[in-house]
Amino acid sequence: MRTVYAISGGVSKFTKARHDKTFQAIVKEAYDYCLNDIGLTPKQGIELIDGSVASYFSDHFSRQLMCGIMTQDYLGLTPKPGHRVEGGGATGGLCFQEAWKSVASGHMDVCMAYGFETMSHVQTWKGNEFIALASDVSFDYPVGGFYSGYYAMMVVRHCKEFGTTVEQMANVSVKNHINALYNPYAQKRMRIGIDDVRNSPMVAWPLTRLDICTMSDGAAAILFVSEEGLNRIEKATGTSIPKVKVTGIGRGTDAMRMSDRPHQSFDDFYAKNSLPNEQNEDSKAHYRELWDKGFRYPGIHSFRAGRMASRQAYAHAGIEDPLNDIDFVELHDAYTSSEIQTYEDMGLCRYGEGGAFAESGKAHVPGIDYGLKLEHEPICPVNPSGGLIACGHPVGATGLMQGVFGIWQLQGTIGKHLGDDTIQIKDPKRGVIHSHAGTGTYVSVSIMEKED
Amino acid sequence: MADNTKTTQEETLDGTVVYSLPFPEDMKDLEKMAPIVIKQPYQINYLHSYGQDSPFFAGLTNKKLLGTKCKDCGHTFATPKLACMECGGDCEWVEMPPQGRIHTFTVCQFGSEEFLPECPFILALIEFDGVDTLFLTRLLGLDSDNPSMDWVGMKVKPKFKRLSKLKPTDVWFIPA
Ligand SMILES: [Zn+2]
Repeated sequence: MRTVYAISGGVSKFTKARHDKTFQAIVKEAYDYCLNDIGLTPKQGIELIDGSVASYFSDHFSRQLMCGIMTQDYLGLTPKPGHRVEGGGATGGLCFQEAWKSVASGHMDVCMAYGFETMSHVQTWKGNEFIALASDVSFDYPVGGFYSGYYAMMVVRHCKEFGTTVEQMANVSVKNHINALYNPYAQKRMRIGIDDVRNSPMVAWPLTRLDICTMSDGAAAILFVSEEGLNRIEKATGTSIPKVKVTGIGRGTDAMRMSDRPHQSFDDFYAKNSLPNEQNEDSKAHYRELWDKGFRYPGIHSFRAGRMASRQAYAHAGIEDPLNDIDFVELHDAYTSSEIQTYEDMGLCRYGEGGAFAESGKAHVPGIDYGLKLEHEPICPVNPSGGLIACGHPVGATGLMQGVFGIWQLQGTIGKHLGDDTIQIKDPKRGVIHSHAGTGTYVSVSIMEKED
Repeated sequence: MADNTKTTQEETLDGTVVYSLPFPEDMKDLEKMAPIVIKQPYQINYLHSYGQDSPFFAGLTNKKLLGTKCKDCGHTFATPKLACMECGGDCEWVEMPPQGRIHTFTVCQFGSEEFLPECPFILALIEFDGVDTLFLTRLLGLDSDNPSMDWVGMKVKPKFKRLSKLKPTDVWFIPA
């Protein structure tokens, strides 16, 4: 595989409804921004780009098939190669990896990844119905298909297994909404407290409206290049571009129906699903105790797909101690509960410790006053952008948006792009993005590093 | 005989009817125009086949809750699967135990458009002794205004619709 750099990104403002433009034109905003940031005009883009990968989730929302090609021609990229990738909520993360593959394999030297979703074309309740069609329509959907209901069932079990509390979940909402105060691209920018989260309307017990991300209209784009592609672009612009290298790619899957998820033994977990930082007596004792109390893995409280994606990506990038080896994470917090579940899958803490980790301060951004009593200094900020909870979740754009914020963090250009550098992590070397579908069906983890 | 050479189309009063929209004198002003948003209805009747899972629904009409069991490794599925996820073997139909326990649950105060009129309703995953996977169902007979973590583990039993709709909601669970 060849070395692949992610050299530039662009995001449209995520917002409830973009009736002013069709999806192609919203993508063009992000795409033009991505090109312009490295000094390229749209015309130069057409000359230099070898092909593309398009990311969008639902044909139902747009009532239009082949949106990918309509975007490709709007951007002027026909007749270059391109294809669409789809994998539920992880669509954007999968697109990131498909574009990486296009360059790593030698198929392309300059590949544009673009994604979007325009969810405002139907009312929220119909949108919930479309999203719930991403559950088995024979056995799950007809019982009362509703994703917030599915996630609520998962977190009830998480609470039962580990004693996770709704206040710990609310902590995530406070963190992400406050982080977004410094991100003008985000949809919901609010200073809130734990009580606000708990007092907001109950959606699916115990998840309230402020525990849940919102539907959104938006687009994002990332440009991937090989060494040769980079030379070609630098020659065209006459400038040197700061290099962000993609150093790890991982993916995992799990059964569509939550009801089908396995309940494995301690030995199976250790053999198949444990991480390098769990190969010690202390961790083994921790897990032995969980199993003695009746814990089974992954059950419905843990995302095996997220763990396997992390395990594969960490092995690829040579990460052995995620919490200390990673400088920031942008992860798929469709729910506050799933951020907590994902801390554990990604090995930022052990299974069972996610709730305590959420309120520890380890995942907060240094220098921000959250109005919370945090006992620990930040170690690895999670969702400095505000995540899905505050940025919004225009599905096909989401995973790429994480990549864009990741590139800007590693380039140290957050201040330039957001007009405020409060959420700029100080001199980060390595960032990780995590994209997640369904009730944990497809999960992708990608690792980016700054190259001096 | 139909006139197949006509050059005008019939004008009708259904759908959106507009005589004219404001139009600027200077074409440059069109860039400032507000977007036009129209309604596009979309309705379909699918012929959804339950395929190899069909016996499950036949079971419900006979007040039997069926799952499947792998002929090779014995892995037992509370929600039927005819190919074993564990070993790839073929599965056969088996009847579920008469009682189960609440593995987890939630109360949906909102939902998808189709189910909004039924809110609030309780969704639950049911576990059965000797069965390796779970079953998603509605839970009745518990106070949806006062959900409690203590419901997890509660013994429950199935009830069946008399007039089957051939949907998984032909069965639901109540406290045993
Ligand atoms: Zn088997």
